[in-house]
Amino acid sequence: MTPPLLEISHLSVALPTRRGTFTALDDVSFAIEAGEVLGVVGESGAGKSITAAAIIGLLEPPLRQTGGEIRLEGERIDNLPNEALRRIRGKRIGAIFQDPLTSLNPLYTIGRQLIETIRTHLPLSERAARARAIELLQETGIPAASERIAAYPHQFSGGMRQRVVIALALAANPRLLVADEPTTALDVSTQAQIIALLKRLCRDHGTAIMLVTHDMGVIAETADRVAVMYAGRVVEIGPVRDVVKAPRHPYTIGLMGSIPAIGHPLGRLRQIDGAMPRLGAIPPGCAFNPRCTQVFDRCREARPDLLPSGATRSACWLEGKIADD
Amino acid sequence: MTDMLLEIDDLAIGFDVSAPWLTRLLTGTGRRLLKAVDGVSFSIARGQTFALVGESGCGKSTLARLVVGLYRPSAGHISIDGTNLARLKSRAELAPVRRRVQMIFQDPYASLNPRWRVRDIVAEPIRTHRLLRDETRIRARVDELLGQVSLAPEDGEKYPHEFSGGQRQRISIARALASEPEFLVLDEPTSALDVSVQAQILNLMKDLQRRLGLTYLFISHNLAVIYHVSDRVGVMYLGRLVELAETAELFARPRHPYTRMLLDTVPDIDMTGRVRQPVIGEVPNPIDPPSGCAFHPRCPFADDRCRGERPELRADGASLASCHAVEEGRLPDFAR
Repeated sequence: MTPPLLEISHLSVALPTRRGTFTALDDVSFAIEAGEVLGVVGESGAGKSITAAAIIGLLEPPLRQTGGEIRLEGERIDNLPNEALRRIRGKRIGAIFQDPLTSLNPLYTIGRQLIETIRTHLPLSERAARARAIELLQETGIPAASERIAAYPHQFSGGMRQRVVIALALAANPRLLVADEPTTALDVSTQAQIIALLKRLCRDHGTAIMLVTHDMGVIAETADRVAVMYAGRVVEIGPVRDVVKAPRHPYTIGLMGSIPAIGHPLGRLRQIDGAMPRLGAIPPGCAFNPRCTQVFDRCREARPDLLPSGATRSACWLEGKIADD
Repeated sequence: MTDMLLEIDDLAIGFDVSAPWLTRLLTGTGRRLLKAVDGVSFSIARGQTFALVGESGCGKSTLARLVVGLYRPSAGHISIDGTNLARLKSRAELAPVRRRVQMIFQDPYASLNPRWRVRDIVAEPIRTHRLLRDETRIRARVDELLGQVSLAPEDGEKYPHEFSGGQRQRISIARALASEPEFLVLDEPTSALDVSVQAQILNLMKDLQRRLGLTYLFISHNLAVIYHVSDRVGVMYLGRLVELAETAELFARPRHPYTRMLLDTVPDIDMTGRVRQPVIGEVPNPIDPPSGCAFHPRCPFADDRCRGERPELRADGASLASCHAVEEGRLPDFAR
């Protein structure tokens, strides 16, 4: 049996501070299959961006991995030395971040940056790399690519810059693309174009995408499966249609209900009272218990793990309770 | 006739974005004017919510700042409850209007003074407008205001950094309510917040509106939020209103091709698999807007008339739209 493209098991990340060591990620496990789009959704502080950073080996110190494994095509990558990781990053895992300007060097033309990236990872001559760069820009929808290749990042609009960043991430034909809030800084009409682009590229190249976002709408449009994160843990994971249409975890139910949608009944939105706990103030038991409307004793005492629940898996004691009753 | 609280007539503002004088002289270029808001007219009835929607650079935030008097218009009129703002010259004349109109900003991290206690932040408008002079009564009033936004009196003793984004936005709302306004201008009030917190704030705004009879000008780029909060909607593109309609009408029968495009960009969270028009192009540079209808380079229905002649807002059934294709009746029905 072939191992999944990416497999994360029991990943834990800690944040040491003067007031003690806080748990930023707590026993996170999931897998991404080749060609699949996994959406990772959660509100700020849920740990979704830290998960993405851990996968591409760019955890910002003092954050550090304290447990678990990350495997790419069966090979463990979380314990590799920096030099080996750098070769994987870009070649086998591409990355896209929220702000395209921070991913581009303002002093070089985008052609220079693309050609350099291509030649770092692929054995191509300058000419062949240039041809590939133009091809990539065309593919990501940059008009007049053979002329625009000589332009600098500041000469592009926000949406066009994000297309350049996508072209850079795809330069070495990686099997996995980690995209952290790739459309959050963009206007709605540009967001729709970038989503369509990512979907098309994923289909054409068989590239898997881990799509990190706070926007459930983007997930519903793009993902095959979705992992919902809360306070450093995955609380629900499953096929996107099941999670969106019939969420199981009370947090996911609340989250879906709080999203305003056109055509839904007017009046008050369902709201989840309170806010996500801060690091270092995560309550014992289920981290969601102070905000949960269906909380009972066990939720305050013991932490639930992901349990099969319909078509998805949900980390909630209600699942066990229903089975016990 | 309905009772209009805010009336805006043919409002415009331009910003001088010219290069420095010497550069202009050496390169032979002229002055450049960015028309951020151009010929906008609408009114808001008392107790209602009017929403403005558009993408970045469409002029919606500039319009909000014009309404609260942070900018002076270069043309047109704004009147609040029948008082023309342009006639009020001195600070003393403006003060009573300013008390009645308050603004809430997008970023609750930037709009609260980090060195003040919440109690003083909320009390500031009371002191500025001399609504109460006795400190004990100011204290009681601040407690009452904090209660209205579901914060505890003890929260008054804390500093803004001790609160989450959603709680900070509650503090901004309490401060805005302190001067007993009738009209609130909300500029993307929930865009910086998580969705579960956004729902709390939107519900709170609705409750306050009902309880205090407030009128809102609500600015957002998020059509789903606008669908939930507003009674009427104006859609802006490059400084001009392109469509104006009751909320239900706008969402059921959008007229302008730009409104339709915006509706098609809303992610399909119900996963209906509805077929949508792909989005074409990007918002052009507002310094150098396209000729004729500013939307024509992105419009699938544009013809020669659209490229040459700028359309005006005209009634089409229950809506107003500025589009030649709508006027000529050559747009297909919008399917959603």
